[in-house]
Amino acid sequence: MNQRTLTVVAVLLLLACALPFLVSNYRTFQFTLVLVYAIALLGLNILTGYNGQISLGHGAFYAIGAYTAAILMDRFGVPYWATLPVAGAVCLAVGFLFGLPALRLEGLYLALATFALGVSMPQLLKYHHFEKWTGGVQGIVITKPDPPFGLPLNPDQWLYYFTLAVMVLMFVLAWNLLRGRVGRAMVAIRDHHIAAEAMGINTAMVKSLTFGVSAFYTGVAGALGAIAIQFVAPDSFNIFLSIVFLVGIAIGGLASIPGAIYGALFIQFVPNIADEISKAAPWAVFGIFMIGFVYVMPLGVNGAIRMLLARLGRKAQNNRSTAGVTRPTINSPEEV
Amino acid sequence: MDALIHQVLAGLATGGIYASVALALVMIYQATHLVNFAQGELAMFCTYLAWTLINAGFGYWPAFLLTVGLAFVLGVVIERVVIRPVENSPVLAVVVVFIGLLVILNSIAVWIYTGTIKTFPSPFPTEPLFGNKFMSSHEIGAIVVTLIMLLLLYAFFRFTPLGLAMRAAAQNPASAKLVGIRVGWMLALGWGLAAAIGAVAGMMVAPIVFLEPNMMGGILLYAFAAALVGGVDSPGGAVFGGFLVGVLENVLGAFVIGNELKLAVALVLIIGVLVVKPSGFFGKVHITRV
Amino acid sequence: MALLEVAGLRAAYGPTRVLHGISFELAEGSITTVLGANGAGKTTTLRALCGMVRTEGEIRFGGRRIDGRATEDIVRLGIAHVPDGRGTFVNLTTEENLRLGAYTRKDRPEVETDLERMFAYFPRLKERRAQQAGTLSGGEQQMLAVSRALMLKPTLLLLDEPSFGLAPLLVREIFEIMRTINQRERVSILLVEQNAAMALDLAEHAYLIETGRVVLSGPADAIKRDEAVRRSYLGY
Repeated sequence: MNQRTLTVVAVLLLLACALPFLVSNYRTFQFTLVLVYAIALLGLNILTGYNGQISLGHGAFYAIGAYTAAILMDRFGVPYWATLPVAGAVCLAVGFLFGLPALRLEGLYLALATFALGVSMPQLLKYHHFEKWTGGVQGIVITKPDPPFGLPLNPDQWLYYFTLAVMVLMFVLAWNLLRGRVGRAMVAIRDHHIAAEAMGINTAMVKSLTFGVSAFYTGVAGALGAIAIQFVAPDSFNIFLSIVFLVGIAIGGLASIPGAIYGALFIQFVPNIADEISKAAPWAVFGIFMIGFVYVMPLGVNGAIRMLLARLGRKAQNNRSTAGVTRPTINSPEEV
Repeated sequence: MDALIHQVLAGLATGGIYASVALALVMIYQATHLVNFAQGELAMFCTYLAWTLINAGFGYWPAFLLTVGLAFVLGVVIERVVIRPVENSPVLAVVVVFIGLLVILNSIAVWIYTGTIKTFPSPFPTEPLFGNKFMSSHEIGAIVVTLIMLLLLYAFFRFTPLGLAMRAAAQNPASAKLVGIRVGWMLALGWGLAAAIGAVAGMMVAPIVFLEPNMMGGILLYAFAAALVGGVDSPGGAVFGGFLVGVLENVLGAFVIGNELKLAVALVLIIGVLVVKPSGFFGKVHITRV
Repeated sequence: MALLEVAGLRAAYGPTRVLHGISFELAEGSITTVLGANGAGKTTTLRALCGMVRTEGEIRFGGRRIDGRATEDIVRLGIAHVPDGRGTFVNLTTEENLRLGAYTRKDRPEVETDLERMFAYFPRLKERRAQQAGTLSGGEQQMLAVSRALMLKPTLLLLDEPSFGLAPLLVREIFEIMRTINQRERVSILLVEQNAAMALDLAEHAYLIETGRVVLSGPADAIKRDEAVRRSYLGY
């Protein structure tokens, strides 16, 4: 990370810290959800963006994380912060185990397997033999945590900071993972799995592990989401949630860490905007937004920003060069 | 025993619906290597069109034919207007467009027709045909209609120059252009046909599941599974897969696991099949040259 | 007047320029060949003529500008292209491949006689009529590619290295048929070849291109006698 990126990140973090004092409690709550979704999207992006495995069922891992947190808090009185590692670990295990047979499946077939997982999750959560823990169709209500140590914050603000801290931690971990040996192995498998195997990468292991790590992230996000919303119910984790996650990473930008944040902003706020535009058919407006975004930025917001920066950089360079000397740019008509 | 026969036959009737939608998916997959997630909603929307026509006083069959025609046009228009701009975009971008279409169609249907369940008429008599006790007339009728449609499609692709051109364009677009085929239009025609097939499936299933905006959700999933079980690059396989999934779903739901977990278990089974036979029963095994 | 006139043709793949402004023409009814080493831009020249790559410069066919038009439209004007790699529809049968060649034609009965004529030129294809084209041998696929192109009833036939990967005897056979087609059916031919000796025997006129530029042109006989061409391309 170079000096300039570091500065940008620092400024953004400061802004994020100031946010709860600048907006209403409800908005703070909404931004908490943005942070939650960002973690979930980062998890999916690790799998799909970096490792090339498409999942249409990540909502299921989000649900498992959410239910783990809710059951621990509701039935066993575990404090909310302690549920996160457990939720993550459960999802890591489930994800890894799911990843093992799914290894044989590629592309569409994996998409179907995960799709099936996503579709059956609400049914499983409603299943009457599990009702003892899951609360069946009614779901589970949990209480919002109060700020500790007598901090002068309201619960919404505290939860926001708590989530922000978790998110920063998760992002730093992911950044470390992805730029290291494992990250390079993931990308190598995505780009050419046979070559990756020939280079001595244990593709089976890496792919299953990626699935596990991806599920871990999404599970932690699910737990945080449950705590923030104070409620879990089977039908809030339907297949549509999984699909929205996929839309989030496509619109944020595949294989990019900041892309997770752009995607999270999109899936949190664009439906609200759509709702304000048309009360009658808000989802139609949301759909139009989705398609519009893809038309304008086929590589996602992150891709578009990169292209813009590259163009600006070139322009600055051109302006600095002395009069009379023209540097060829990629966009000059001669080269097209 | 009677109950089993009944379930198998009923499974064939819904299987025909899955087979049709699976075939629609395969048609677009062959040309673009993408699964059109909006296929089910397109079918649902067309079924609503049929409902409107029937309520406006059209007879069932005129409304049926008109709907098939409208669906075809709708498919062509969607391809030309919505899909064409992202033809060369990354896979996930196109997937997002499909999902966008899905929510748009669903939302418009809710907006125009409200989410309440509507009954959709069946063109077939209410008393069982030939006094048989296993299948309702509608189930038999739906199977017959599906088979006629499949036969027509087979004849179209096998024996007409346009069908041949569509197959050529899907297989090898560069060469197809070199013999003068307008590949872009072939794709649009493919969308039109797929939409028309979906419309027929929707009209056949609506009397069974009732008409509501989410009626095709589960069907799309089963059709997706059917297409993959049969082999996603094989239209015949998709049809076979459709019937197989229909029967499996019904029999398992009735005798083994009950309806509560029917969806989950049927899918686990399908995934089991795929793990053992990753390219489906009739799919080509892809050998990659390194 | 020349059937095909090309002036200042440039083409590029992304930032890599392949053709740097080449000009040539082809007389109606003639066989003209474009020679050159690997990577000289021969295939790109043919692809440019068919609108398969983006180009600058002028291409006229029968006096009409065709540069910048879609491949399908250019084909419909009567230019048939046998692409490199043959472009077989591997999952369709031999007969279906041939019928696709006549896709743009409206004269159904004549298509049937043409089909028989192709089978007369290449009896092997008749034997393989109902077989999946992907299962044909390389030579058979080349015959199929040539006859598929002829099914269009073209005025101009573009051939991209028909000798590639084939046994010498088969190459001779295909070249003989080219000559017959040119003389009997008055189809003009633009032939791109690495096998310079055979191409110069067949053609009346030849162009030599090197790294995207025409470096030599003239009647085939004269080119054949050129010292440098003899040494670098004919090898004696």
